[in-house]
Amino acid sequence: MNSPSTTRPAVPRDTLVTELQRCLPADCLVLETETQRPFECDALTIYRDMPLLVALPETVAQVQEILRICHRLDVPVVARGSGTGLTAGSMPHPEGVLLVLSKLDQILEIDPLARTARVQVGVSNLSISAAAARHGLYYAPDPSSQIACSIGGNLASNSGGVHCLKYGLTVHNVLAAEVLTVEGERLTVGSQGLDSPGYDLLALFTGSEGLLGVAVEVTVRLLPTPELARVVLAGFDSVGAAGDAVGAVIAAGIIPAGLEMMDRLAIQAAEDFAGAGYPREAEALLLCELDGTAAEVEDYIGRVQTLFRQAGATSLRVSSDEQERALLWKGRKSAFPAVGRLAPDYYCMDGTIPRSRVSEVLQEIARLSAHYDLPVANVFHAGDGNLHPLILFDAGDPASVRKAEAFGGKILEYSVRVGGCITGEHGVGLEKLRQMPVQFGRGELELFEEIKVAFDPGLTLNPGKGVPILKRCQEYRALPPRHDHG
Amino acid sequence: MADRTDDIRSAVERAQAAGTPLYIRGGDSKRSMLGRDCPAQPLDVAGHCGIVDYQPAELYLTARAGTSLAEIEAALAEQQQTLPCESPQLGTATLGGTLACNLSGPARPWAGSIRDLAMGVQLVNGRGELLRFGGKVIKNVAGYDVTRLQAGALGTLGVITELTVKVLPCPEHSLTLVYEMTAAEALAIMNRRAGESAPLSGACWLADRLYLRLAGAASAVTQTAAAWGGEQHPGEHPVWQDVREMRLPCFDGSEPIWRFSVSSSAPLLADPAPVLIDWCGAQRWVHGKHDREALQAHAAAAGGHVGLFRGGDRSGEVRPPLSRLEQDLQQRLKHSFDPDGLFNPGRLYSWL
Repeated sequence: MNSPSTTRPAVPRDTLVTELQRCLPADCLVLETETQRPFECDALTIYRDMPLLVALPETVAQVQEILRICHRLDVPVVARGSGTGLTAGSMPHPEGVLLVLSKLDQILEIDPLARTARVQVGVSNLSISAAAARHGLYYAPDPSSQIACSIGGNLASNSGGVHCLKYGLTVHNVLAAEVLTVEGERLTVGSQGLDSPGYDLLALFTGSEGLLGVAVEVTVRLLPTPELARVVLAGFDSVGAAGDAVGAVIAAGIIPAGLEMMDRLAIQAAEDFAGAGYPREAEALLLCELDGTAAEVEDYIGRVQTLFRQAGATSLRVSSDEQERALLWKGRKSAFPAVGRLAPDYYCMDGTIPRSRVSEVLQEIARLSAHYDLPVANVFHAGDGNLHPLILFDAGDPASVRKAEAFGGKILEYSVRVGGCITGEHGVGLEKLRQMPVQFGRGELELFEEIKVAFDPGLTLNPGKGVPILKRCQEYRALPPRHDHG
Repeated sequence: MADRTDDIRSAVERAQAAGTPLYIRGGDSKRSMLGRDCPAQPLDVAGHCGIVDYQPAELYLTARAGTSLAEIEAALAEQQQTLPCESPQLGTATLGGTLACNLSGPARPWAGSIRDLAMGVQLVNGRGELLRFGGKVIKNVAGYDVTRLQAGALGTLGVITELTVKVLPCPEHSLTLVYEMTAAEALAIMNRRAGESAPLSGACWLADRLYLRLAGAASAVTQTAAAWGGEQHPGEHPVWQDVREMRLPCFDGSEPIWRFSVSSSAPLLADPAPVLIDWCGAQRWVHGKHDREALQAHAAAAGGHVGLFRGGDRSGEVRPPLSRLEQDLQQRLKHSFDPDGLFNPGRLYSWL
C-alpha cells in the first residue's frame, strides 16, 4: 500500500532548497530523512511516503512565497494541517513539498455580537470553542479528533462529527476563507454575510481536499452554548430494534443533537476501555443527546425514553449531570482506540447509508467479515446515516492488509448500492480513489477533472488525491505520469 | 408530472449544434429580480415536474426541478414537515429555480438556505450530458460539492433537472414578540438575543418595529417569551409571510431596491437607511436611486456586498463587482460546465 509514484524528481532538490531558503528561516525547513519521518503519513498509517522536503511556514506571506516558487518550478505541493486525516489525503508526494500549516495557529478575532471567529488554519477545532466559551458560544462541528485536528483540515475535508443531523457539517458552519491559489495569489471565498456574489466558491473549496487552493484563514459561525444537554443511553437486543427506535424518534418530529449507534463488539470494547456502564449483553446501543433550554430538554428526554421503551429497549439510562453525560459519551468517543486494542490494527471505513437500511447493511458487513475472516466492530452516526465499520487486521501481515482493503472496498460499494455514498466525512484522499467510479460515472468524473484544471492547470496541488485523473485527459493534456491514478 | 429529461437534453444538444444560447425558465417568478436581462431563447422546464421520492422518516425529498414550491410545501405539510429555509413561493416558484437563485426567508440564519439543505442534484451540462452529484444523505464528501455550487449560479452552470433536499419536522409551537424601536436599537437587540440559548427562528425590523419569532418545543417557546418580554402574538405573525414573499411596499414600486448581505452586527448605515432589516441583521434592504459605488463601499466596510435586486438599469451590471482574479476563476469554472456559453448568458454578469 505504498505511493504509486516512483518517478524521479522533475526538479533537482538542491534548486528547490536554495529557493526556499531565501524566503524561510532555517528552522522552517525540514530536510533530513530522520526529522521528516513524522510527516510520512496521516492517521491512515498504512499509506506512507517521504516528501522531497517539509516546509513549516510561520506567516501567510511565507506560504505565498512557497506556492510561487513551487508553481514556477512545477513542484507538487501537499498541504497538511495536524495530520489527523484518515484517507492519506495529506500523505507527502515524493517529488513535492509537504506544506505543514500548523504554525499558522492564531485566533485572530472573536466577535461575540456577530457570533463569528476568524482564525488561522492551524488552530485546532476544539480551541475555537474553548476561546468562544467565555462569550457563551461554541463551534458546532466536532470530529472525534477535535482536540488535535485543525480548522484548515476540517475545511479541506468538510468534517462532520456526532452532531451533524442538527448542526450540519463544516460547510454549514463556515462563512468565509482566505485561500491562496496555486500561483500564490490571495482570494477571499464567502463573506461576513450569509452568501457571496458569483459562484459559491466557499462551497466548492469546502471538502476539496487541498486540490484547488491552500486556505490560510477561516471565519466560522459560532452558536450559543445550549443551556442544557442530556443523553439517553439505551440497549437493544437487535440492531433492527435499535434502527427502528431511531426511526421512531425522527418520526416523532424530534431532531436530537446527537444520535449514535454501536454494535456488540464496539460496545464491549468501549466498555472494557472506558467503564462507562454500557450494557455488555446488548446487541446494539443507542446514545441520544437532546439539547436546548432546560424545559425543552426535560420534555424531549421523557418522550425519547417512551419511544425507546416502545421500540423494545432492554436497558435505559439518562445522564443526571454533566459528569455522567461526559462518562456516557466517553465510551463512544473512545470507541476507535478501544476497538484498536482488540487487534494489531484497525481500518476505519466511512460510507453513508439511508438510515432505514442499517440492519441490511450490517448483515452484509457480517457476511463479508466471515468471508474475509476479519472481525469488524460497527460505530454508526445513526442520526445522519454515516457508518464507521472498524475492520480489525494486522498491518504487519501483507495478506491481512490486502484482505482489509478488499473488505473495506466491498463495504463502500455496498453503501452506494443501497443509495448512500463512499465517504460521509473523512474524504477520498488517496485511499478511496478506487471507489470513485463506483459512485460517479465518467461524465461526473470528467467534470471533476475540469474543475480541478480550472483552478490548478498544472495539477501540482495534492496530485493523485481526491478525484481520479482520467487516462483520456492525461493523454490529451500530456500530463506527467506522477498523476496517473486512472 | 412528467419526466422531460430527454426533451431538455435534446433541446440543449440542438442549442449547442446551432450555437443558440438558452434562457432557462421555470415558474418565471424571478425574471425581474436578482440578475441582468437575458434576451436568449427561452427553455421552459416547468413541465419537467413532480415529486419523485419523499421519505419523511429519512428527512429528504426528491423532486424534478419544475415542481412548484407550493406543491412541495403541501406534500411536506401532510407529514408535519417543512422546507425550513422558507424560500419565497412568489406564486409559481419552482424547486430548481429556488436553488438557482438561492433565495431564503426569515429563518435563514438558523435553518440555513436552500444551498445548505441541498443534498444532491441532477443537471444537464452544456454538452447535453445528464450528470448526478451528491445523493440522498446529508453526509457525503466524495468529489467536489457541485450540488451547492448551483446555489446562486442563476442557472449559468447547467439546466438543473432534479434536486434532493433535506426536510425537517415543523416546529410544534411558535409565537412572535413585537417591540417598538429604531433600527439601530433593533439591530443591537436581535444580535444579542441570537447569542442566547433560545428557540429564535426569525429576527427582522420593519417600520419602527422589531419582530422576534420563537419556534420549537412549546416549553422552550413559552419560557423564552416570558423572559424576553414584548408584545406577544401567538402563532405565525403575518409579517413573516410578507417578508418571505416580498409583499411589502418597498418591493412594489418602480424604484430600485438594493440588497445588502453583510455581517449581522455591522453598524447601521444612516444614509441611505434600510427600509427592512432581516436575517438578524445580515440582510438589509435599501430603497431608491443611489450611487452604486458608494453603496459598494458601505457594504465592503460591513464585511459583505450589495446588489441591485430589482428595478433600475438591468442591462448593466446589477451584482456585486468581482476582482480580476475572481472573474478569471468564475469564467474558468463556467467553462468547465458550459464550454459554449449556452446557459443564461450575461444573466449573472455581462462577462459570464
